Amino acid sequence: MSDQANNTPRYAIGIDLGTTHSALSYVNLVESDGEKSSHGVLKVPQLSAPGSVEELSLLPSFVYLPHADEVAAGDLALPWVTEEAEAPFVVGEMARSRGATTPIRLVSSAKSWLCHPGVDRRAAILPNDAPAEVARISPITAATRYLTHLRQAWDNAHPQAPFAEQEITVTIPASFDPAARELTMEAAQAAGYTSLTLLEEPQAALYSWIQTSEGRWRKEVKPGDIILMVDVGGGTSDFSLIAVLERDGVLEPHRVAVGEHILLGGDNMDLALAHLVARKLAANGTALDAWQMRALTYGCRSAKESLLADSGLDVAPIVVPSRGSKLIGGSIRTELTRTEVSTFILDGFFPQVEASSRPAVRTRAGLTQLGLPYAQDAAITRHLAAFLGRQVAATSELEGFAGRQADGASFLHPTAVLFNGGVFKSDLLVQRIMATVNDWLYLEGAEPARMLAGADLDLAVARGAAYYSYVRRGHGVRIRGGTASSFYVAIESAMPAIPGMEPPIQALCVAPFGMEEGSELELPGQQFGLVVGEPVHFRFFASSTRRNDQIGDLLDFWGLDELQELSEIQATLSAEGRSAGDVVQVKLHARVTEAGTLELLAVSADGAERWKVEFDVRGTPQP
Amino acid sequence: MSTPSSHPSFWRRVPLAFGAFFSTLSDAAYAARVEKLSLPEAAPVAPAPAPAPVPVPAAAPVILKEATPDAALQLLALLQREARLIDFTQENLGSHADADIGAAARVVHEGCAKVMREYFTIEAVRQEAEGSRIVLQEGFDSAQVRLTGNVVGSAPFTGTLSHRGWRASSVRLPKLSGQHDAAILAPAEVEL
Repeated sequence: MSDQANNTPRYAIGIDLGTTHSALSYVNLVESDGEKSSHGVLKVPQLSAPGSVEELSLLPSFVYLPHADEVAAGDLALPWVTEEAEAPFVVGEMARSRGATTPIRLVSSAKSWLCHPGVDRRAAILPNDAPAEVARISPITAATRYLTHLRQAWDNAHPQAPFAEQEITVTIPASFDPAARELTMEAAQAAGYTSLTLLEEPQAALYSWIQTSEGRWRKEVKPGDIILMVDVGGGTSDFSLIAVLERDGVLEPHRVAVGEHILLGGDNMDLALAHLVARKLAANGTALDAWQMRALTYGCRSAKESLLADSGLDVAPIVVPSRGSKLIGGSIRTELTRTEVSTFILDGFFPQVEASSRPAVRTRAGLTQLGLPYAQDAAITRHLAAFLGRQVAATSELEGFAGRQADGASFLHPTAVLFNGGVFKSDLLVQRIMATVNDWLYLEGAEPARMLAGADLDLAVARGAAYYSYVRRGHGVRIRGGTASSFYVAIESAMPAIPGMEPPIQALCVAPFGMEEGSELELPGQQFGLVVGEPVHFRFFASSTRRNDQIGDLLDFWGLDELQELSEIQATLSAEGRSAGDVVQVKLHARVTEAGTLELLAVSADGAERWKVEFDVRGTPQP
Repeated sequence: MSTPSSHPSFWRRVPLAFGAFFSTLSDAAYAARVEKLSLPEAAPVAPAPAPAPVPVPAAAPVILKEATPDAALQLLALLQREARLIDFTQENLGSHADADIGAAARVVHEGCAKVMREYFTIEAVRQEAEGSRIVLQEGFDSAQVRLTGNVVGSAPFTGTLSHRGWRASSVRLPKLSGQHDAAILAPAEVEL
């Protein structure tokens, strides 16, 4: 038995590395068979207060960096031996609760920083607003700490099945660009993850839905369906489209499009409500301090949840407790009404807009700020309209989908919707999205989309990730798709310089849309002369809509929002065996690793040497 | 065990026997106690006025469990952290308006419910609706069901469920590190 355990993994482990919470789910490979799988969610031991360890199914994604006088010896002890860090830190529930009262020492939303192209993601920059004496950490370090904690929790609970020998999947937002994917990989490797695959969160949620249905999903979706995944988490919103094909009598889901990364989620709604209530209180002469404001936000969240869940309730009371020990008299009582929640949440975040509406983009102030690039338009439905509008042609080339959509369609018509994220525990919000999408469909004469029921809103991503590891071993259905963007490097056009005008650029396609894991393509024709020892920079672009560009295609013109500029890429040829200054002719190769990251390689003309082209994650000023 | 010297002598037993005879006839409560004398020896029951001091043999000492204060202190700390229970009970309600007390009670109620929910699994002992008639079969667990009222006869008993009872089917209190001082229920807070 132990011999077998050493050779083959006994568990498929899925990790949801979330913006606000992380979770670990697993499938027991030995006990699973076909679409019936034996699975569970790991209870993660974590500090909930100094010296007190609790087992919770979610690990809040926060790191707290305590002052030396804040904790006594033994206060931070965990059930396992922790590696020595230069400065003490806390991960999980205690980090979150401590950080609420001392935010300058709290690292939060590390995941959003990981994909923030405006900052150096390997540099120690978090907490963003910490005073100088706090030893900051990098977004990668924060992610590494969450992942390490989960690995140690697993090893603590399963000493007979070590983490390093299991099959691991870590989820990432579908909208993560290649650099953010690679940084996640880097964090996982630093956390001691050896065999690892990345999976997009909406796909994980769909896998979880397939798994929970235990085969019934085949009756609920049919060939020709286009499933819209709407995932609104605590801090981010993410959309994906999955088309259902039939090949050789077998249903095959294809992920055909992913949306942009939108920093907008449930936390924004709670905060918006808290500010509304605070204004009401201020009108009555009660001013709240920062501590009370946080308590109010917490109170607003539960009031919102009860108002959105129970349609018979008209008013939900909120009490902001006193800070001191005089609870009676020192507490502030206020309330939130159903009308306020409807106006603020439904009309503010989920307005019934037209299919042609687009999110408002405000020009940013001249100063480049170092904060996170939060969404400027809070209306999730407008972001959704923009996504479906941009992806109107997403299925036109797909086998079996030609002609399904009317010619005059102004947006892609989904036929089914699957929800994910705690926000959608509220039936009201689910109904609002469904009503809005179905209005759009009605106006273009299409059939209404149906809702796929039975999703596990909180743990779907972690569960689906574990199931994916299981699926990869050849059981059950697998979602296909490959890369959801095509990638380009900028080539300067050869034309005479015009004063005051940047030389126009052409975009050279270096990786086409839909490259599958494990495939590699060579850029034909074009060779680049790289100078040994000198880094060469390229501007780097991605497109989520240009599906037909082949590797080597050179674009002269493209639509305004067809290509998004990403962080630069750079190639540095090591001076090994060469003298600095030599010019080496190289060809570019694009490779999608088995783990799911995109790699660009510079390959010498004889093919004998390969250098990795690096994504620049040091931050380029945002335009 | 009682020693032979503590037993009354024959001449002392004669008036005792007559006294017992007449008291049994005239005093129902006394008669009930005499009736118990024929049962096997047990720990003393309700202390009724004893006309004759019957020396009771000492029962084998039951070993009482000492509750560890750590778990109790830990629960108090949790109730203070989540529900402000200590703050609430340390205050004098007399000087406050009911509206203020009500506002504070919401904090306490919500927090207590959270503690119950997160650290215990609490379920009803009996699943039947309160007020319904239920039958207790012979051999029922007297720790789980307490009989009240007209407790006579033998099982099966039929009665009305007046309270469903509660059982903690699991307890998940946080684990404490060795050096942790559980007596600090809530640390003082100093804002810098």
